[in-house]
Amino acid sequence: MKNEKILKSNNIPLYMVIFSVVVLTMPLWLEPIGAAYPDLLQKFAIFGIFAVGFNILFGLTGYLSFGHATFLGVGSYTAVWSFKLLTMNVLPAIIFSMVLAGIFALLIGYISLRRSGIYFSILTLAFAQMSYNLAYSVLTPITNGETGLQLSKNDPRVVDGLFVEVGQGIPSTNLFGLEMSGYQGFYFCAVLLIIAFYISLKIFNSPFGLNLRAIKSNQTRMSYTGYNTKPYLLAAFVISGMFAGLAGGLLAVTDPLAGAERMQWTASGEVVLMTILGGVGTLLGPLLGVGIIKYLENIFSSIGVKELGDFFSFVPDSMHAFVVDFSSLFVGEGWHLTLGLLFMIIVIFLPGGIMQGFDKIKNLMSKKDKE
Amino acid sequence: MTDKKTNNWSRRQVLKAGVASSAAIGAPMFFSRNTWAADFRNNPGNSKNLVLGFNVPQTGAYADEGADELRAFKLAVKHLNGEGDGGMLNTMKPSVLKGNGVLGKKVTFVTGDTQTKSDAARSSAKRMIEKEGALMISGGSSSGVAIAVQSLAQEMGIIFMAGLTHSNDTTGKDKRRYGFRHFFNAKMSGAALGPVLKKEMGTDRNAYHLTADYTWGWTQEESIKETTEALGWKTLKAVKTPVGAGDFSQYITPILNSGADTLILNHYGKDMINSLTQAVQFGLRDKQVNGKQFEIIVPLYSRLMAQGAGKNLQGILGTTNWNWALKDAGSQAFVKSFGQEYGFPPSQAAHTCYVQTLLYANACETAGTFYPPEVIKTLEGFEFDGMGNGPTEYRAEDHQCFKDVLVMRGNMKPTSQFDLLEIVQQVPRKQVEYDAKIFGGELGPYVV
Repeated sequence: MKNEKILKSNNIPLYMVIFSVVVLTMPLWLEPIGAAYPDLLQKFAIFGIFAVGFNILFGLTGYLSFGHATFLGVGSYTAVWSFKLLTMNVLPAIIFSMVLAGIFALLIGYISLRRSGIYFSILTLAFAQMSYNLAYSVLTPITNGETGLQLSKNDPRVVDGLFVEVGQGIPSTNLFGLEMSGYQGFYFCAVLLIIAFYISLKIFNSPFGLNLRAIKSNQTRMSYTGYNTKPYLLAAFVISGMFAGLAGGLLAVTDPLAGAERMQWTASGEVVLMTILGGVGTLLGPLLGVGIIKYLENIFSSIGVKELGDFFSFVPDSMHAFVVDFSSLFVGEGWHLTLGLLFMIIVIFLPGGIMQGFDKIKNLMSKKDKE
Repeated sequence: MTDKKTNNWSRRQVLKAGVASSAAIGAPMFFSRNTWAADFRNNPGNSKNLVLGFNVPQTGAYADEGADELRAFKLAVKHLNGEGDGGMLNTMKPSVLKGNGVLGKKVTFVTGDTQTKSDAARSSAKRMIEKEGALMISGGSSSGVAIAVQSLAQEMGIIFMAGLTHSNDTTGKDKRRYGFRHFFNAKMSGAALGPVLKKEMGTDRNAYHLTADYTWGWTQEESIKETTEALGWKTLKAVKTPVGAGDFSQYITPILNSGADTLILNHYGKDMINSLTQAVQFGLRDKQVNGKQFEIIVPLYSRLMAQGAGKNLQGILGTTNWNWALKDAGSQAFVKSFGQEYGFPPSQAAHTCYVQTLLYANACETAGTFYPPEVIKTLEGFEFDGMGNGPTEYRAEDHQCFKDVLVMRGNMKPTSQFDLLEIVQQVPRKQVEYDAKIFGGELGPYVV
């Protein structure tokens, strides 16, 4: 781990501009690979926020939380309840999501952070499993269990009732009248992703971030020098929990439904995969991980034998059936297999994730230049 | 540790940033421009093809049903395009389908995996609608998923022809203008089972429910309770079990000493296979309680489950929407072409999905347009016959089909590996009808 700043301060504006342009033009450059449709774009942005937040905890302090999906779920439920009780405007919903997720993170973090390493991971996993079971079967009046919490026409919506006439159907989520589905929803999430990324960049570059990295490299030494590390860790945990809450709230904003499966341990595991795949502790890595996993999940899983047959039409007839059959193992339901293989290859050859791969390529290039 | 910020923005940088961000902010106008070009979402317009989206569970506890549903969808698409022997196209009355596609367009389809999870199902439905341009979504196999996708369909203005979903809520409190269900529901199961239970098991029984913990389980438990309690039965206890639990022994052991003499399993798919098999292994069916033989009831049956449960199912009562052994012309035509295609008879899940696809196509053809509000109006109150269940009506008030319900019993002497259920009674439609108002809910607007 290099103990230097990731970016020089005066490069930040340029960096942010490039980042913003890349994010906001996603509908353009994702078109050729078939990923430019609103639902997937929204998922990229939302899980991007989730992973960026997770990286603040895992990437900087090295504390691996296996329970981050809890905050995602809490955020979703809070947002849907805000839609049901108060207003269909999305601003209060995401603010409440972040606040409540922050409170949950404070409680869970306070207890879990008494331990470190594997014990911390297990504690967070236990809390996540507890929250999942609560949502799934105990708190069904609040969460509606397996069916998932949904809007209904008879919800009170107190604030909306004061200003807007009740329409015929269920109203849709909006930002002061701008509907939050389709591309508008994506741009809203994308702007929040850019803000979230900026905050994370600032944290990485701040003295606070340096403290967190010091904890990662040697927590014991930190305490010997007189630092009380726990408040820093707790702060990082809460911040990253609030990022997850924001992501959960946005999931409900773009699609007003909250289900317990969002809190399942597999969802917590997914964000760990995303972060490691892209590169732990790097700024952009987690976002790359999100892109790859969500792309595989949504596009690869929908490829069938027919599409493969067309794709491999250049292969000679004698080989054609075999090639199609063999590759069909890796698409459709088999997309998990592809993900697993990719994950193995990356962890074995590039433990620093895809970002390390980029670094290696960059080093090679600069060496060549010198020769 | 000082951290001096040198945040010097040169004028050039500010200008560049300004231009870039205004371009980026302008982008939404550019991309969303086409959204309003069509008068309704995914209007096929001049395209030669019509895209339907089939969203079924390909993994999880209901995967067997999902696989059979997909087979039926593919068969329906073939028949609509005039390939194969035409199946129910020949028996459906009234029908304007000619086997040349729908409104002159060739029917094509895309598929998705619901994973029996609401989130995943909505995500794959959105992919099919937003990316692949599906004009109608069908499928399901879990009521939780069906309800979630149905409300999405309403939001997006895409018609949802529900596949296998048995919860009262689908066309009850969660009904939607854009959602239609051909399958029967728990209320109808209860109404059909009542008289048979009275005849076979009497009026003095103590029932114990095991219930899948989601909308379908809840409403089925409620409807069956209503029926049995009207007969004079007592309900001792109703225990909720998680979907996909795998091992049910912890729920079955307490039944042994509860004093119950009847077990009602509100389970489906692999869950039902597991819970029934374990109940039999624990010796429940060999017990005598209160001087009565211990009985098990499975209110919602399917042949696929019967195949999984094997001998354990023999003699057990339940209901189904349809069975391949029915002798009417529609059923036979369907069983014949399904058998020719895949080599075994279709399940009731396959039947309902096949019928739903044909009904949608027929409604478009009759309405002369794909414009959803017109198609919906054609389907509402549509009366038809020759689709395997006798005269059937799509009730306009709640988009629920009303038709005969079958009370089935696990076959004691099966003649083949598919002949696992025998028909006890074909309960006439009149006996299972109910008032649409009892469940509440609202359909919502035609135009969204």
